[in-house]
Amino acid sequence: MAGLATEAGSVPVDEPREPLRERVRDIGFWADWAAAIGLLAIVLVFGIASPSFLTLGNIEAMLVSAAILVVLAVGQAFVISTSGIDLSIASVMTFGAVVLGLLYAAGWPILFACAGGVLAAAAAGAVNGLLVAKGRVPDFVVTLGMFSAASGAALILSDGQPTDVVDPALLTLASGSVGPIGYSVIVAAVVAVLGHIVLFRTRFGVHVLATGGNAEGARAMGVRIGRVRLVVYLISGVLAGLAAILLVSRLGAAEPAINTTYLLNAIAAVVLGGVSLRGGRGSIAGPVLGALLLTALTNGLTLLGISQFYQPLAVGIVVVLAALLMRYQR
Amino acid sequence: MTGPTSPISQDVLLGVEQLSKSFGNVRALRDISLWLPRGQITALVGDNGAGKSTLVRVLSGVHQPDHGRVTFAGQPVRFADPQAARLAGIETVHQNLALVDELTVWQNLFLNRELVRRLGPFAVLDRGAMQVKAREMLARLSVNVPPVRAKVQRLSGGQRQAVAIARAAGWGSKLVIMDEPTAALGVQETARVEELIAGLRAEGMTILLISHNFEQVLRLADRVWVLRSGALAGGRLTTETTGEELVGLVTGAIAG
Repeated sequence: MAGLATEAGSVPVDEPREPLRERVRDIGFWADWAAAIGLLAIVLVFGIASPSFLTLGNIEAMLVSAAILVVLAVGQAFVISTSGIDLSIASVMTFGAVVLGLLYAAGWPILFACAGGVLAAAAAGAVNGLLVAKGRVPDFVVTLGMFSAASGAALILSDGQPTDVVDPALLTLASGSVGPIGYSVIVAAVVAVLGHIVLFRTRFGVHVLATGGNAEGARAMGVRIGRVRLVVYLISGVLAGLAAILLVSRLGAAEPAINTTYLLNAIAAVVLGGVSLRGGRGSIAGPVLGALLLTALTNGLTLLGISQFYQPLAVGIVVVLAALLMRYQR
Repeated sequence: MTGPTSPISQDVLLGVEQLSKSFGNVRALRDISLWLPRGQITALVGDNGAGKSTLVRVLSGVHQPDHGRVTFAGQPVRFADPQAARLAGIETVHQNLALVDELTVWQNLFLNRELVRRLGPFAVLDRGAMQVKAREMLARLSVNVPPVRAKVQRLSGGQRQAVAIARAAGWGSKLVIMDEPTAALGVQETARVEELIAGLRAEGMTILLISHNFEQVLRLADRVWVLRSGALAGGRLTTETTGEELVGLVTGAIAG
C-alpha cells in the first residue's frame, strides 16, 4: 500500500457500460424496463385492434383518467421504498374527499375546503406514520386499520350520502386544459417530477432508500429511520388528499364510496414500476409508467367492447406476470 | 496485572479505567482497565461471551458504562449515542458492515453525510462532488478498489469490507474499531483486507481490531488484550507472546 495515493492518475475509472445489444440479451434488462415495455406492448396491441385507441381524444382521456392513479402511486412508491406499505391510501382519499365536500357544503370557499380535505388526509397519514415509526406496530396492521377507520369516518361524516360540489374552479381543474394537456394531467406530472427530485436528489430521498434497504445499517450510520418512516406516510396522506381534490373535481361530488380499485391499482402500479416490496429499490418513473399501463389496459378493453368484469382479471394477470419478471431484476 | 507496562499518557489515544457494565444480573464487563496506544493496532481477543462486543458497544456509544472512566485524546468522555462517538472521532466497522446493498458505493460512503448544493431554499445532492471524493477515499486503499458507481450488492465480500473501512477511516476519524473484519472472507480476500488495515496503520490511524484469528492478531497488531468472562485476563505485546499463550489466556489455562 502506497500511503495516500490521491493523485489524479491513480483515480480508478468506472467500467464503461455494456453495449445495448449485450444488455438486451440479459433478462434483467427486461425486468428493469417492465413497465415501459408493457405499456409499449399494450399501446401496440390496442392501437392495432381498435382504430380509436390512438386518437388524440382518447389519449387525452386516458391521461386525465390516469391522473388520480399517478398521484396515489407516487405516494405509495415512497412508502414501499422504505419496505412499508400503505393499504389505507384509497380510503384516506375518500375521507379527504368527504371532508372537502362537507366544508364546501358548509359554505367554505373552495380553496379552504380543498385545503381542509388535504389536511384531513395528511392527518390520517401522520397517524399511520406515528403508529408505524413510534408505536412499532407493523405497517400492514396499522394501514389496514386505517383503511377501515378512514372509510368508516367518511361514511359517518357524510351519513353515507354524496355531497354535490359544483364549483367553477373545480370544474376547470377537471375539464380545462393547456393545449391538449388537461390541468389534472399537469398536476399529476408536477407531483411525479417533484417526487422524483425528492427521492433521488435530496438527502431525505437517500435516507428513504437506505431505510428500506437496510434499516439497521442506516440507523448505525445515524439516519433517523423513525422520522423517515413518519414522513413517507405523511407524504402518502398528503398525496391522497391531493388525489381527493382531483376525484371530487372529476365526479362533481364527494362520495363516501370505498375505492378499493384505486388501492389495488396504486400498489400494482408501484410493483409494475419495479419498486421492490422489500424496500431499498425505489423509482417514480416506473410507478408512473405502471399507472399509465393499467389505465391504458382498462381503456383498451373498454374500447374493444369487452365486459367490465374482465378488467380486474386482466389487471391481475399483468401484475403477476410483472412480479414474475421482477425476480430477474439486477 | 501482567502485561505491557503503563505508557506515557500522551501516547495513549483511548484509555479505559475500571469499567463495568451489567445487564440485569449479568455482569458483562467487570473492572476492565486497558489502553490503546496512538497510531498502533491493538487487538481484543476472547471467547464468545467474554465481553468483547459489549466493550466495543460501550466505546462506540451504543451502551453507557455503569462504572469506570473512558478517556479519549486525554479528555474524559461519555457518549450518549453512536453519533456522539462518531463526532468525537471514533468510527466502528460493524460485523454486518451497515452497508445498503441497493445503494451505490458512493452513496454508502456518504450515507448521512451527503454533500448538498443550495438552490434557494432547497438543498439538492451534489452527486458529482460526492463521486469525485468517493474515488479519492477509495484510492487511498489502493488494493481491491471497487467502482464508485457500482451497487454494493454487486461487490465481493472483500470489496464490501473495503468500502466499510474506507467510510470509517475517511472522515477525519482518530480511532477505527473493526469487529471481525475478515470473519466472512476467503484466504485471498482476507490477505487484501489485512493489507488495507496495515496501510491505515502506516498512515498513522489508531485501530482496535476484534478478531478470533490469533495468527492474524500476531501478524497485524502491536498489542493484544485478552478478555475472559467479562474481566481482563491479560495484555501482551505481540512481539513477546505466542499463539499458545493467547489460547491459554482465553481459555483460562494460563491465569492472567
